[in-house]
Amino acid sequence: MKKFVIGIYTAITIALLAWGFYQAIYVAPADAMQGEIYRIIFYHVPSASVAFLFFAISLIGSICFLAFRRNHPGRAQAGDAWALAGAEVGVVFCTVVLITGPIWGRRAWGIWWTWDARLTTTLVLWLIYVSYLLLRRFAAGPQMQTLAAVLGIFGALDVPIVYMSNRWWRTQHPAPVFGGDDASGMAPAMVTALLWNMVAWLAWGLLILMLRYNVERQHQKLATQEAQDALDA
Amino acid sequence: MISVLLTHLVKDLRIEWRSREAINSMLFFALLVVVLFSLAFSPRGTFSQEISGGVICVATLFASMSALNQAWAREIRHQVLDAQRMAPASGSGLFLAKVLANFLFVSVVQLVLAPVFLVFYNLHVQGQAWLLALVLPLGTWALVANGTFFAALSIRSRNRELLLPLILFPIFMPALLAMVLATGSILTGESDPTLWIKLLAGYDIIFTTVSLLLFDVVLHAE
Repeated sequence: MKKFVIGIYTAITIALLAWGFYQAIYVAPADAMQGEIYRIIFYHVPSASVAFLFFAISLIGSICFLAFRRNHPGRAQAGDAWALAGAEVGVVFCTVVLITGPIWGRRAWGIWWTWDARLTTTLVLWLIYVSYLLLRRFAAGPQMQTLAAVLGIFGALDVPIVYMSNRWWRTQHPAPVFGGDDASGMAPAMVTALLWNMVAWLAWGLLILMLRYNVERQHQKLATQEAQDALDA
Repeated sequence: MISVLLTHLVKDLRIEWRSREAINSMLFFALLVVVLFSLAFSPRGTFSQEISGGVICVATLFASMSALNQAWAREIRHQVLDAQRMAPASGSGLFLAKVLANFLFVSVVQLVLAPVFLVFYNLHVQGQAWLLALVLPLGTWALVANGTFFAALSIRSRNRELLLPLILFPIFMPALLAMVLATGSILTGESDPTLWIKLLAGYDIIFTTVSLLLFDVVLHAE
């Protein structure tokens, strides 16, 4: 039953991705100012949203782990698995953002990279979560989960500060396309295409996140089992 | 808590007074960084004014790594850390004492290094020099408070010395940016550093509070 549901969900996700691709490449009109290169927004923006969402999931998982680690070991382990899965899949999506951004920037701004508020924040966010994953690799034993949860909270706390500091420093990233000033906004066909891609990439991200979460849960079960066996022997 | 803090602080200061390990190694390392940077960039005139803020911050940052790692490695020997874990006193006193001790060490290094730095980079401060007495301690506190916390965190891992910079540098970035920009604008006198000083103060308050709250969790992690 579980496999059947996962199969159906995977099929729907792939269909959504294909439909999103069709919308982005064939349906949405070329941009009046930027021509074809703007289409990268259909991959850049959804990836960024998914990455930020997953980092938030990672933060919540870390907090749950710290809150429950004494009284509800089961919930704490689930929280830790969410924290790990969110950070790992988030880093992958964040990498996509950091790759697609400069490709667009090279055409639109004429430079690959600039130390602007959002670019720097995303890069620092990426660095923080990579260091989080490194800590999980390096630290051994059960204390690793606690240490990782603490670092996860520190990292999340750092993000708004990085953002504000860079905003005061310099900003070059395009102003918000939605909810910005009067000149902001998109053609309706573009909005539809963007929304479809948002949904598709979110569905895809959630699929990977679930799979990663399950793998980590299996790991935890095996580790507990091994510890139990060692005790019994 | 005050008596716990004082006990730990006096102990750390006494150890340092007798061995002078931390200060000597930091001092020499920071001196090396300053010399290396001046060889690599051959700073002259306005260019040296512009980069010197960054150089002194990065030199402090690199040099403090050795002292921060030493701070807890000393406690690991003879299971002192385990004893402290079992002590009924709260961890925050221990943490604050370590931060204060390291803050004093790094500040001493900065004070000794400052004249050398002024000579090597031919600096003359264009802005209000007294503001440096605000910026450098605030930046050093940000570095030392976070550094002590993450050193306690990374000492529990397999490759202790390696891990500290890897997890500290990303978190420290906004403070480094604020510190570099504030020192730079004081040295060149071209812009107003107030905003960056405020940011540094905010960073210090936020991260010191969170470190104090979470230090017991790290100390008792098992």
